[in-house]
Amino acid sequence: MLQVRHLSKVFFEQNDPRKPGLVALYDISLSVRKNEFVSLLGPSGCGKTTLIRIVAGLLPADRGEVLVNGKPVTSPGRERCMVFQQFGLLPWRTVLGNVEFGLEIEGVAREERREVSRKYLDLVGLKGFEDYYPHQISGGMQQRVGIARALSKKPDILLMDEPFGAVDAQTREQLQEELLKIWAKTDTTVIFVTHSIDESIYLSDRVVVMHSRPGCIKEEVVVDLPRPRWEGDIKADPRFAQLRARIRESLRA
Amino acid sequence: MAASLNNDDIIEELKLRREPAWSLSDHPNLIRAASVTVFLALWEIYGRRTDPLLLTYPTAVLRAALQLIWSGELLRQLLVSLASLAAGFGASLVLGVGLGLMMGRSRLAEAALEPHVNGLYATPQVALTPLLMMWFGLGFSVKVVIIFLFAFFPILINTASGVKNVSASMVEVGRAYMASERQVLLKVVFPAALPFIMAGVRLAVGRGLVGMIVAELFTAITGLGAMLTLYGNLFETAKMFVVIIVLGLLGVGLIQATQWLERRMARWKETERATQ
Ligand SMILES: Nc1ncnc2c1ncn2[C@@H]1O[C@H](COP(=O)(O)OP(=O)(O)OP(=O)(O)O)[C@@H](O)[C@H]1O
Ligand SMILES: [Mg+2]
Repeated sequence: MLQVRHLSKVFFEQNDPRKPGLVALYDISLSVRKNEFVSLLGPSGCGKTTLIRIVAGLLPADRGEVLVNGKPVTSPGRERCMVFQQFGLLPWRTVLGNVEFGLEIEGVAREERREVSRKYLDLVGLKGFEDYYPHQISGGMQQRVGIARALSKKPDILLMDEPFGAVDAQTREQLQEELLKIWAKTDTTVIFVTHSIDESIYLSDRVVVMHSRPGCIKEEVVVDLPRPRWEGDIKADPRFAQLRARIRESLRA
Repeated sequence: MAASLNNDDIIEELKLRREPAWSLSDHPNLIRAASVTVFLALWEIYGRRTDPLLLTYPTAVLRAALQLIWSGELLRQLLVSLASLAAGFGASLVLGVGLGLMMGRSRLAEAALEPHVNGLYATPQVALTPLLMMWFGLGFSVKVVIIFLFAFFPILINTASGVKNVSASMVEVGRAYMASERQVLLKVVFPAALPFIMAGVRLAVGRGLVGMIVAELFTAITGLGAMLTLYGNLFETAKMFVVIIVLGLLGVGLIQATQWLERRMARWKETERATQ
């Protein structure tokens, strides 16, 4: 479904290749199956956002390539959708207007996109906030607006950049469960960036551990815990603890 | 402890509801009216004692105003002025926003247009007036051109800098959702730059009004500016004041209208303003 081959990215000062540069990603290779849930885990500044932006087609790679269904990615595509780390809301649009944005660009009729957007707002727990402007709601709520907007497009590949970073622990658990349910119902492929080891284990089929300077993949850890994971207390499972210890070790090394 | 922690009940319990005491500072309109009345009264007293060629007084201005309204002259000239203002301002709005969007989005367009824009903007536009009169005559068209030149630059420059200030991440959101360049422009860049554009429009309204009067004073054939020249030559001071007051009211009305428009279009900003 998705292949990343020998990807490298260097940022030069002022975009000038004669000036000093910083290797954000070096020789990243990764392949993701259809309907797989993969987490990217790594310290701040290791290039997670950069990698996901390249996969989204928002940033060109310097070396290597990204293939989606065998075709090289050069620009954003309708099958990929991004949840931004900084939410990416348009401040002059209401909450509802922001969720509608993707569908509006696609040309979906007004009534229909309203209805779909309301459904997804409801799903992320924002019913009743349709007419608020982004600055009138909390950071965690803004983040959920961004999630609703991405989900409303029903992408084949969902790229999520720390989507639950700003929400409180309870809401976070609810949203994790919601996400797993949506993912189970559809055949969405998810690439999920996070800082939380527990979150990555709870959600994923595979955790990709990265290290920084240069941004490389250290290790891939397969999570073979049974699904659905929202039933019972999977985090108390001894295998969960083993995985947690292993990933923590890998991050430290 | 209360059985339920109802928001309104708590406010009642804390006894925070009370009628505020009457205070003069809560009634600014009263102060405004008093201030204007005192000013008019002083003017009337002083004006009646002064040489009528130099200064007039409010009741004389009122009489002159009624005369000019009754004869239809004021309305006719006002409409002539407004027509040229609308044409000149409309053109500067369309071209200013259009070219401003281009200059803000494309470095090529910016580099190509910048020397001309800076040069023309830096030249006092009044200096061009005699030349423009040679080119466009003394009629409607020269007025439109002069008003255009006065109003165009603030709109163009503000639009361009507004567009340049739109954050790259905002445009990226547009691109991520597959917006075409046109959609990015209309649905992301334009609304994001709108507060800047409106600030330019507000400046342009004032300058357009100046342009209108400059043009009419120079050409001195029709419009409110021509009326000023005419009654100035006839030493009819009261009638000149009528025209000046109409111009003032026109300015206030136009500025208010743009501010109203600004508030409507930037409603999302209203609640975010740091100052009250
Ligand atoms: N547009 C850019 N220009 C220059 N350098 C950049 C740019 N974007 C990212 N970088 C650099 O690339 C490196 C990786 O950044 P990136 O945002 O991908 O990190 P991250 O893993 O997402 O971090 P975090 O977990 O804090 O979000 C950082 O050192 C950053 O300074
Ligand atoms: Mg990041």
